[in-house]
Amino acid sequence: MQLTVFSSTLAFILAFIVGFGRLSKYRPIRTISAIYVEFFRGTSLLVQLFWAYFVLPHFGLELSAMQAGVIVLGLNYGAYASEVVRSSILAVPKSQTEAGIALNMSPTQIMLRVILPQAFLTMLPPFGNLLIELLKGTALVSLITLGDLMFMGAQLRITTLRTVEVFSLVLIIYFIIAYPLILGVRGLESKFSKGRA
Amino acid sequence: MNSKGVVVIEAAQLNQYADISAVEDKPIIRYQKVSKSFGDLKVLRDIDLDIAPGEVVAVIGSSGSGKTTLARMLMTLEQPTSGVIMVDGEPLWHKEVNGELVPADEKHIRRVRSKIGMVFQQFNLFPHMTILRNVTEAPIHVLGISRAEAKEKAIAMLNKVGLGNKLDVFPAQLSGGQQQRVAIARALVMRPKVMLCDEVTSALDPELVGEVLEVLKEIAAEGETTMLLITHEMGFARDVADRIIFIDKGRIVEQGPPRAILGNPRNPRTCEFLSRFRQQWISKN
Repeated sequence: MQLTVFSSTLAFILAFIVGFGRLSKYRPIRTISAIYVEFFRGTSLLVQLFWAYFVLPHFGLELSAMQAGVIVLGLNYGAYASEVVRSSILAVPKSQTEAGIALNMSPTQIMLRVILPQAFLTMLPPFGNLLIELLKGTALVSLITLGDLMFMGAQLRITTLRTVEVFSLVLIIYFIIAYPLILGVRGLESKFSKGRA
Repeated sequence: MNSKGVVVIEAAQLNQYADISAVEDKPIIRYQKVSKSFGDLKVLRDIDLDIAPGEVVAVIGSSGSGKTTLARMLMTLEQPTSGVIMVDGEPLWHKEVNGELVPADEKHIRRVRSKIGMVFQQFNLFPHMTILRNVTEAPIHVLGISRAEAKEKAIAMLNKVGLGNKLDVFPAQLSGGQQQRVAIARALVMRPKVMLCDEVTSALDPELVGEVLEVLKEIAAEGETTMLLITHEMGFARDVADRIIFIDKGRIVEQGPPRAILGNPRNPRTCEFLSRFRQQWISKN
């Protein structure tokens, strides 16, 4: 749970930094952002986790399982979420920017007051998806010995040998944790879509 | 006639018309040899145009003639390919450095642009803001006036366009005509010296056109705001404009007082455009 909160916060922050980075007018920033996104989307989360936990110590960087989990999940889902940020900003009609210019707003004002509030509405459903996926992705972290729900379940199965009950219970518990997230995102959506047809 | 058979009116001839309406005042808007191309497509060619303070100018012409681009360059939504646009004696897209004109920075453009306001064909209200916030947003954050004062001015302006009772409603809950009247209030509350209206009734149902034109007529009658109206409403142009400009294929082909242009056009292209327009009008009604 802690892992989900920390890594999703990291992912959220990265998503905006990189999402804007990809829309930057400066080419080097665009390139760096694109490389980051393609690298983390293009390689497996599991391999990234192993790398952070088992390979980095060889370079003198020792991370706890929790730290490795937060950083890798954050970086990985941040990459996906940055694409959501980028496409949502691009999806706001250009005429909205023009209306801002006609009112003599500065580019920053146009972005913060006109474009982002509208883009945020578009971002919410895919953000919700990613958050739930991230929650479930925490299962992978068990493989670098951080005890998550799945890991506990597997332990329990070995001691009790009741495979069906244990894994069914794990499934239900994951859903119970995820469902409030689904409801929360839905609530935000209706809040931000106020007044829209 | 030039090689393409387009009649080009001599500058002297144009001035003769301009003198009628443009009093002795210094022009508030001046286009000097302004051209605009999109790739290979030349949209406007060597436009020279002076607009006097308080003057109401209607621009007519078929779609694709370049009339919208003329307004968009003045709002800094399109950059001219060549030429200079002066606003109140200052170049809009350029800065004078040692007597030479160089491309201006954002700060200069914003300062000069503050004298211009625009209303769009598709209203372009901010859908996530209430009507009141649509109208107060720029005064508060661009002009820096207090919330209370901005609200007071916004309400006064919304009352003027007949929507003082819709303050807390969102744009999607209004009709097109109402939305366009909000857009007019939103532009006016910034007190622009020049208002650009780009086919503001083209996206409206016919029965909603009247309410928007009424509001614009009122503003024109006050005589404080210079107006550049890009329009297809010939009746409206005749009633409010001091001068009508006919643009064809990127050039100003003919201009003059409404009764001269609409009643007795001298250029064959203007005649053709207007007769085509009348036929459509008759078949529609």
